[in-house]
Amino acid sequence: MSALFEFCLRMGDNTLILGHRVSEWCGHAPVVEEDIAMANTALDLIGQTQMWLGLAGEVEGQGRSADDLAYLRDAAQFRNVLLVERPNGDIGMTLMRQFLFDAWHVEVLAALQSSSDQRVADIATKALREVEYHVERSADLVIRLGDGTAESHKRMQTALDELWTWAKEAMAGDDIDAELAAAGIAPDPAEIRARWDARVGAVLAEATLTPPDNDYIHKGGKSGKHTEHLGHLLATMQFLQRAYPGATW
Amino acid sequence: MVTTTAEIWDWLAEVPDPEIPVISLVDLGIIRDVSEAGGKVIVTITPTYSGCPATSVIEMDVRAKLDEHGVAYDLKRQINPPWTTDWISDAGRAKLEEYGIAPPSPSKGPERCPRCQSTDLERISQFGSTPCKAQWRCKSCLEPFDYFKCI
Repeated sequence: MSALFEFCLRMGDNTLILGHRVSEWCGHAPVVEEDIAMANTALDLIGQTQMWLGLAGEVEGQGRSADDLAYLRDAAQFRNVLLVERPNGDIGMTLMRQFLFDAWHVEVLAALQSSSDQRVADIATKALREVEYHVERSADLVIRLGDGTAESHKRMQTALDELWTWAKEAMAGDDIDAELAAAGIAPDPAEIRARWDARVGAVLAEATLTPPDNDYIHKGGKSGKHTEHLGHLLATMQFLQRAYPGATW
Repeated sequence: MVTTTAEIWDWLAEVPDPEIPVISLVDLGIIRDVSEAGGKVIVTITPTYSGCPATSVIEMDVRAKLDEHGVAYDLKRQINPPWTTDWISDAGRAKLEEYGIAPPSPSKGPERCPRCQSTDLERISQFGSTPCKAQWRCKSCLEPFDYFKCI
């Protein structure tokens, strides 16, 4: 299994699983503007998934398409970080998860624009323009709700407390990350972590929110060890292809 | 029959964008190239947003137009360089505004209300009815309107 293939799965599975999670809000958001914003964010993420998983299939060279990879793998074959499979919770939990993810996503895509693999650089350059709008919105709402009413502040702090130890897995480097960095395909996760810390720190301070004093990082997703939430998500997302294999319309 | 690439550009200029039918695919700037290779026409299309559901409809519409003229073709999808709103033609920008959608502006917000031309505007949301649009409101005529956001 090549490091580049693993990398494409990590990128594409992050955007796929978060895109699916966010799409669960469609028709349920507290205000129509947010419903529209979340549906559009989900759409961008799923569009990016087609590019990343399309490249994964090409790199693997066994004829698997982006759809095959999305719909016909089981939980242990997914490489997304655990953060993105966390359940939506309330809107505060969803927005905090989005911001903690976007803050990583925008930094990693900016760095990937100069990847030694031109195909990776092309996808990153395309996706970055969309993700800049995602992080602008999620940071703005974290600040407005964190520094909002007593109730909204409490909910945002609760979300931050719950998600904090799940938030940093993408930047906890492993052997594959080291191989990718050495080949110039992807940045050193430690560099992205420094930029993430600065961005997240500034937004949380403005939002009057306090990150927990806990450096523990929940890990496993990048190597296929997932929480129970992923299986439930896949059961919904993959239902049609599992029940009616090969169905098209 | 000999078909020139200029003729093909003209045909494609007749294909409306499926979501904003007042502008053509050529006005939108997503037809990046028309060339010929091995007796076939090669049309290169760049998607607007990665997840835009219009992309596959656009490809179907381009196929239908080329089939109508009976030419052999291949469609190519290209993401680099990524599509930018800078590629919308001046004619396309004027048509958008006339239709009620404020065209993209380098100031990252609409220049004026497409209905009453007021510059007293406020943003409602960076996200709108399609991936390429944001929602704004005019504080003079009080009408909400779509803004084709910069990318």
